[in-house]
Amino acid sequence: MPVGVLALQGDFREHAAVLHQLGAAPVEVRLPRQLAGVSHLIIPGGESTTIGRLLDRYEMLEPIRARAGHDLAIWGTCAGAILLARQVLDVKKGGQPTLAVMDITVRRNAYGSQLDSFETLLPIPLLGEPPLRGVFIRAPQIEMVGKEVEVLARLEDGAIVAARQGRLLVTTFHPELAADDRVHRYFLEL
Amino acid sequence: MEKSTWTTKVGLAQMLKGGVIMDVVTPEQARIAEEAGAVAVMALERVPADIRAQGGVARMSDPELIVAIKEAVTIPVMAKARIGHFVEAQVLEALGIDYIDESEVLTPADEEHHINKHKFNIPFVCGCRNIGEGLRRVAEGAAMLRTKGEAGTGNVVEAVRHARAVYGEIRRLQSMGEDELFVYAKEIQAPYELVRQVAETGRMPVVNFAAGGIATPADAALMMQLGVDGVFVGSGIFKSGNPMQRARAIVEATTHYNDPEIIAHVSKGLGEAMVGIEISKIPAEQLMAQRGW
Repeated sequence: MPVGVLALQGDFREHAAVLHQLGAAPVEVRLPRQLAGVSHLIIPGGESTTIGRLLDRYEMLEPIRARAGHDLAIWGTCAGAILLARQVLDVKKGGQPTLAVMDITVRRNAYGSQLDSFETLLPIPLLGEPPLRGVFIRAPQIEMVGKEVEVLARLEDGAIVAARQGRLLVTTFHPELAADDRVHRYFLEL
Repeated sequence: MEKSTWTTKVGLAQMLKGGVIMDVVTPEQARIAEEAGAVAVMALERVPADIRAQGGVARMSDPELIVAIKEAVTIPVMAKARIGHFVEAQVLEALGIDYIDESEVLTPADEEHHINKHKFNIPFVCGCRNIGEGLRRVAEGAAMLRTKGEAGTGNVVEAVRHARAVYGEIRRLQSMGEDELFVYAKEIQAPYELVRQVAETGRMPVVNFAAGGIATPADAALMMQLGVDGVFVGSGIFKSGNPMQRARAIVEATTHYNDPEIIAHVSKGLGEAMVGIEISKIPAEQLMAQRGW
């Protein structure tokens, strides 16, 4: 089955490059028809307001929502996590379109401006040793998770940075920038 | 935990790819840009077309305006410092914005040295006309590049020239032998290590956007098809007849740059584009792309 990478805006080529290395066949998805036959979809890092607007404008919100977590596994990184969250805090004035399919609450730009972007070694028990290099860029934070949601990783201060609900996965950091394919391999197994 | 690493600086530019960064001069314009789908805004007092028309020394914008624009939107905010004016850059960093453009659109403050960008925690974007200029900026610490084009003209010809120079030279580099790379690095006055990296990877070491003269959705898609990672639009949006509609159209054309039907659709009925200027009609000393060394 081809793996889709939402290619409306953001670092979709970095995700596609990792998928290539893993032998998966990445498909760039910009229009609803390109979703046909795709079993897994990655929503990359980028600007959630931009991607949300283009999802809405090109009528992709409903087709993705209808399949999300059923016959379509979805992984959102950073902006992608915002787009999957059922509740988003600190949205753009006037609100912003999102998919709102996963039972989490996410705060945008939770750490501050670009000057607060950071890297840290991130232990993810599920992936074993060694810890992953977590790259956080104007990152959001997962502030609350529902009963069905499993927390996969936290920062030292307890902040949730990765979570899963069935076939929906979110990370607030960027494994695609860290030269580590373990999260991609984990996602392809969902 | 390490803040402001090279990965996070270059990484923010990666997140802007496939997007449009828009010049804005008021908080209201910033909100229109954000609503239209801009991935970031460039906060400034005057767009390049007005700087060009009014003449005089163009400097960093009033910090009060930059802060007001920053407070108006949730997307990244950039602002311009003069070439070589490291104190303007220090001020912009202190304001806590997200990126600094060391820009030839402003009047240079130093005719020999660019800012030593390694000294800063905030990332920088710089203009370039070819690989050599781009790699010199990266060596100084630029985490993102853009073509210079010719700002404030609404004429895409210079941006095309600069993009073709960069991507044409990359293709030529890839066919060179190792001994030729040494000479090439010397000729283009760029560090050998960076030249070798470009030859090996077939791409510039950092994200490269188009800038300088983009005024229509087709201009944006043209630059994307030539190989740039995204687009800056300066005067082109808020100097046009219908900014919101044009801004949206340029965003959509940048995403769907390989889909002529969509570009045709979004280009319909946009009203007046900004008035363009022929490059040959501009006196040589007023050409902005020649600033920087």
